Amino acid sequence: MLDLQSISKTFNPGTINEKKALNGLSLHLDPGDFVTVIGGNGAGKSTMLNAIAGVWPVDEGRIVLDGKDITALPEHKRASLIGRVFQDPMMGTAPNMQLEENLALALRRGEKRGLRWGVTRDERGSYHEVLKTLGLGLEDRMTAKVGLLSGGQRQAVTLLMASLRKPKLLLLDEHTAALDPATAAKVLELSDKIVAENKLTTLMITHNMTDAIAHGNRLIMMNEGHIILDVRGEEKQHLTKQELVEKFAHLSVTALDSDQVLLSK
Amino acid sequence: MSIAAYFASLNLLKLVKNLPGGVSQGIIWGIMALGIYITFRLLDVADLTVDGSFTTGGAVTVMLILGGWPAWAALLAALCAGLLAGMVTGLLHTKLGIPAILAGILTQFSLYSINLRIMGMSANKAVSVDKYHLLLSSRHIPAAILTGALIALALISLFYWYFGTEQGSALRATGNNPAMSRALGINIDNMKVLGLSLSNGIVALSGGLLAQYQGFADINMGRGAIVIGLAAVIIGEVIGHAILGKRMNFYGTLTFTAIGGVIYYLVIVVVLWLRLNSNDLKLFTAVVVALFLAVPYLRAQKTSSFAKLRRKGG
Repeated sequence: MLDLQSISKTFNPGTINEKKALNGLSLHLDPGDFVTVIGGNGAGKSTMLNAIAGVWPVDEGRIVLDGKDITALPEHKRASLIGRVFQDPMMGTAPNMQLEENLALALRRGEKRGLRWGVTRDERGSYHEVLKTLGLGLEDRMTAKVGLLSGGQRQAVTLLMASLRKPKLLLLDEHTAALDPATAAKVLELSDKIVAENKLTTLMITHNMTDAIAHGNRLIMMNEGHIILDVRGEEKQHLTKQELVEKFAHLSVTALDSDQVLLSK
Repeated sequence: MSIAAYFASLNLLKLVKNLPGGVSQGIIWGIMALGIYITFRLLDVADLTVDGSFTTGGAVTVMLILGGWPAWAALLAALCAGLLAGMVTGLLHTKLGIPAILAGILTQFSLYSINLRIMGMSANKAVSVDKYHLLLSSRHIPAAILTGALIALALISLFYWYFGTEQGSALRATGNNPAMSRALGINIDNMKVLGLSLSNGIVALSGGLLAQYQGFADINMGRGAIVIGLAAVIIGEVIGHAILGKRMNFYGTLTFTAIGGVIYYLVIVVVLWLRLNSNDLKLFTAVVVALFLAVPYLRAQKTSSFAKLRRKGG
């Protein structure tokens, strides 16, 4: 479904702030894979998602999604294939627009937007139904401005928007990190449900090791711009948080060691 | 002159006589404010192109009417000229990466030369209502009010429809949350160019209306148009919210934007009637706009501010 072929990205090249964020990263996702992504700060997790989404072009490598080479496509042209939920609950919705208008914008993700009505009567009915499944009472507030909703509600709406038109790939960028624990658990549960119901191929970044183990069928760990651990299936199911933390610490130390080796040379 | 003598010298009848003229001119500024609403409120950009494109609209209209075009066709041509001016600002901003406000200033600056060329290198051109058939004129104020109000109503309906369509929604989304818009496949650069074009098209149209109304186009007629437009938008919002409160929908917002232009101009009529020096008008307008822009901020401050905490005492 998704093929990242040794992609690299360096920010601020040739300056003192030069940062090699992605370093020959390769990853292959099968259809229906639900992959959780963990790694320390600056490991390149968000950068990988942004590269896939096309926020900026990569320096090297190819990105193939659903058999289509999207490496040279700008962000808005990849949108028809990709659904996204961001870390900041404010980022995924338009606050001054009505809830139903937001959903209508999402329903037309990647389509040509012409002079037909922005929200049709038929759509309203279906929005009412899907909002009901959230169990947040939002189906009765469809004409409310989204800016009036809470962070958790907005994140739930963003999730819905990302899957309203079935994407080939769903990118969840620490989408529960800014929520309180109870709300985060709810949104995570909802994510699971949406992914399972639509059989979505998904990449989910999280800082919570327990979540990373509990969700999805595969787990990858990133460090210094590439993947350093990739476990799936049964092996993943039997992972414990303890093991993961140990591996994480060990691998980080190894990375540090190699830095020291470099410096001492 | 004593204060008593000053008040005695004010002639209330004269004020009443001047009010209809204020309304008719106010409607024209209200139409311009509708154009400015697109950029200022929907795209979240303060577009300074309008000071130039307003004059462009007036210049194109007058020159074409002098050249034998019917007034409505000249007005349409003015609209197209405005669209082009807005497009230039949009392309400077999106394709060349110039900050929106600076892009607008550059276009406005260049339009000064272009407007002079349109008017055959003269600073003003007259078009007499006696010789030509104009859509509206200050000589027939009731008719001018009616024509202006009809055009404003037509534009408001058109806005209401367009910004409810898929494309109009995408334009609003672009101004409201650009990152989300990109993620949903909206080409936000195109939307910005489109919005700036539409806005300046309507501003140029209103410039064409004012030129007909006053019977001439002048190279400086657009000076301060952005400030007047912002004044109208903001006055309209504040008064609309005061009257309609929570029932203020998009239709109400647009209507009150146009009404804001009328109110602005009526205030000017009163101020002139009070014998304020007309050279001080721009200072007066700037102060009014600053005050109205500050209202929402100050209102928020009333409920939460450090100053309030200090007054209460620790």
